[in-house]
Amino acid sequence: MLKIQQLTGGYTGEAILKNISFEVEKGELFGILGPNGSGKTTLLKMLSGVLPFSNGNILLKDKPLKQYSARELAKIIAVLPQHSSQAFSYTVKETVSLGRYAHQQGWFQTWSEMDEQIVRQVMGQTGVAQFENQDIQLLSGGERQRVFLAQALAQEPEILLLDEPTNHLDLSFQKDLLDRLKGWTNERNLTVISIFHDLNLAGLYCDRLLLMENGKINLDDLPNEVLREERIRAVYKTKIQKQSHPKVPAPQMVLLPEIKDNQTDDVSIDEALLQISGEYLALKSPIPLRTMSSGVVGSGTGWHKVFINRHVDKNYHCDDYRDDMVAFIKENDFEPGETVGMMTAVMIEDVDYQLLRDVDFSVLIVVTAGVGNAIDASRSMEHTFQLSPGTINTWVFVNGHLTEEAFIQSIMTATEAKTKALHELEVRDKVTGSIATGTSTDSISIAATQRGRHLEFAGTITPLGKLIGKGVYDCTIEAIKKSRQRVKI
Amino acid sequence: MQKLFTRKFSTNKYLAYLLASVFLLMAMLLGISIGTVSVPILDIIGIIGAEIFRYSLNESIDPMHSNIVMNIRLPRVILAGLVGASLAIAGAAFQGLLRNPLADPYTLGVSSGASVGAVITLFFGVSIPLAGMFTLPILSITFAFLTIMMVLFFARRIDRGMKVETIILTGIIFSSFLGAFISLMIALTGDELRQIIGWLMGSVSMRGWDYINIIFPFFLIGSFILLMNAKEINAMSFGEERAQHIGVNVQRRKMLVLIAGSILTGAAVAVSGTIGFVGLVIPHLTRLLWGPDHRHLLPLSIFTGSGFLILADLVARTIISPTELPIGVITSMIGAPVFAVILMNRRKERRG
Repeated sequence: MLKIQQLTGGYTGEAILKNISFEVEKGELFGILGPNGSGKTTLLKMLSGVLPFSNGNILLKDKPLKQYSARELAKIIAVLPQHSSQAFSYTVKETVSLGRYAHQQGWFQTWSEMDEQIVRQVMGQTGVAQFENQDIQLLSGGERQRVFLAQALAQEPEILLLDEPTNHLDLSFQKDLLDRLKGWTNERNLTVISIFHDLNLAGLYCDRLLLMENGKINLDDLPNEVLREERIRAVYKTKIQKQSHPKVPAPQMVLLPEIKDNQTDDVSIDEALLQISGEYLALKSPIPLRTMSSGVVGSGTGWHKVFINRHVDKNYHCDDYRDDMVAFIKENDFEPGETVGMMTAVMIEDVDYQLLRDVDFSVLIVVTAGVGNAIDASRSMEHTFQLSPGTINTWVFVNGHLTEEAFIQSIMTATEAKTKALHELEVRDKVTGSIATGTSTDSISIAATQRGRHLEFAGTITPLGKLIGKGVYDCTIEAIKKSRQRVKI
Repeated sequence: MQKLFTRKFSTNKYLAYLLASVFLLMAMLLGISIGTVSVPILDIIGIIGAEIFRYSLNESIDPMHSNIVMNIRLPRVILAGLVGASLAIAGAAFQGLLRNPLADPYTLGVSSGASVGAVITLFFGVSIPLAGMFTLPILSITFAFLTIMMVLFFARRIDRGMKVETIILTGIIFSSFLGAFISLMIALTGDELRQIIGWLMGSVSMRGWDYINIIFPFFLIGSFILLMNAKEINAMSFGEERAQHIGVNVQRRKMLVLIAGSILTGAAVAVSGTIGFVGLVIPHLTRLLWGPDHRHLLPLSIFTGSGFLILADLVARTIISPTELPIGVITSMIGAPVFAVILMNRRKERRG
């Protein structure tokens, strides 16, 4: 569709673009990225034929761009500028109708039935039909942007060029615009080439990305390849971190702020922070902790300040146990958004906890354990599913800085230690009679201050793994003993 | 209020043309009728009708009236009308092209440039071979075109974005410089001071049919070119880059519009001197009433502009009768405050 070959040029005298070559296929949503001054807008201007280039070539449908007249070009390429000036108060329809200019033939360029139909259609598609007779100067930025999008679409282009289309739009319009564009590339094979400021939007929507740096191409590849931490850090010269999008397979970049409050550098999570009451066990941290958990609320990864283990009756049954838990958290004056919450039928007093220290980090283990539902995981097929609260809840608080893999390894280590504890106490699965590996509803939470020592791994024989393994094993045994005693009594 | 008014009327273009033609017709009849000798309107219709259809005059009509109408008032009114129409449509085109509601041949300095050309022709007796009586408009037009090119060149040098105020400031500086130059030239040739004022403030008195012959062909050519480019002016009023995206051959169309604007201004100035603000006030008013679409704005400006200048001339020659004021005095007294209002509205919009 569009081939750019060794493109070089810029404004008077000075070459802003140096030797740019790439191709864009039909129906692609092609993103152009790069820091300010990298030549993105210059490139787009050359593609739209507004700015002449000194060397190289642009082939549009295998024919040099320079051989197209302005009118011919306008039938193939439409442009949505970053901002458009309007000195006079045209109506929305008048503005959109101008997009038909290239298609109108002959001396008098009469307005045909077809022109009218297309203008109506694009006004409908962009949602500006209701403003048809309004003055564009009186519209909001987002509405006006959509009017100019309609104008560009009225050209019935095969290629749409956009310069930071979402720049002045609020969040819903940004998403709306890009959803539409993405839809059109699929449905009608529209080719979209767009400059993006927002790496995340580009990563979400683009089929391919071109990363520019100082007028040259740094990389032209799939979003996942272009949006690599080291590459973006080097090109944009800033600290960012890559993450995967929680719902769709798209890379996302997050900024890392430089500001740090030094006052809370010596925060330490220890048993003094534990509040034990009949109804619940809580730990309130002075700072948000990075957590990975399987709680009823606050599950997955996130940042949380409050950890709650709520006591419920053995026969507790609630369809909306999540909502019920949120309500419970609110009742007790905690903030559900920053809370990891779990449930247990075990008496809260039977909790066992332990602070374990190494040279420059420490781990607090908190376990409540009930083994009424003990199950042998290797033979769990013999059970029918039933959610009941006789359960082992394990909390691990680390005063240290964990990597993502250390979080996962912590879970593994803690689980192995728990299983070993059940083995040691010969807790048996009631159905199969074999030694149980856990209960059917065990929960775990790993939380770290993310300050102090870097702990890269948490496998069983790493410094962190050793503390977790020992702590969880000891606490689980003690907690099971306590709850067994109570049951016996 | 203004906006409501606009909404209400802009929907009916036929009404616009009807009202504009009625306005022009009324202005013409008033212009011919009123003066030191008053001619009844019915007599005017009789006299002009007799002239056109070549029948003998009704005996009730005074032959002196016939003489006044045919040789003095009618040519004057037509000349004023053509000058007004030329300046108004040129102003509308300049405003659209430059995206500048303050642009008109006067504020851009084009009128002054054209005056220089006219004054050179008249006071130094320059004559282009073969051009004959068209030497005057041709030189005026040439100077008008050179001036607008220079003004735009300098404005671009000062500020690449070509802000509204920059263009106007450049135009006014040129205008002021060229005005001084005209005064110097006229003074050097030893003519009266009144002549200078006549050129600086403009006048359509005592010109006769000859001058109509001079301006008319240029009015036709210039207006034709602009009307053929109305759509392109619409596109360019969204910015030159935008116009090119839409498919307009901007370089060519822009040049055509500038040439046509210079032709109209140059020819108008050649016959009447520099009459200010007609090209500012009329397009602005027309746009306010009927919307900014140049396909209608341009022709409507022709009607309204000519009617307006005929009335301005009427006021100029009657208000302190028997002395005649230069017509530019009247147009400037109306135009300068309008200029101020537009400028203030722009400021307010930008702040708001």
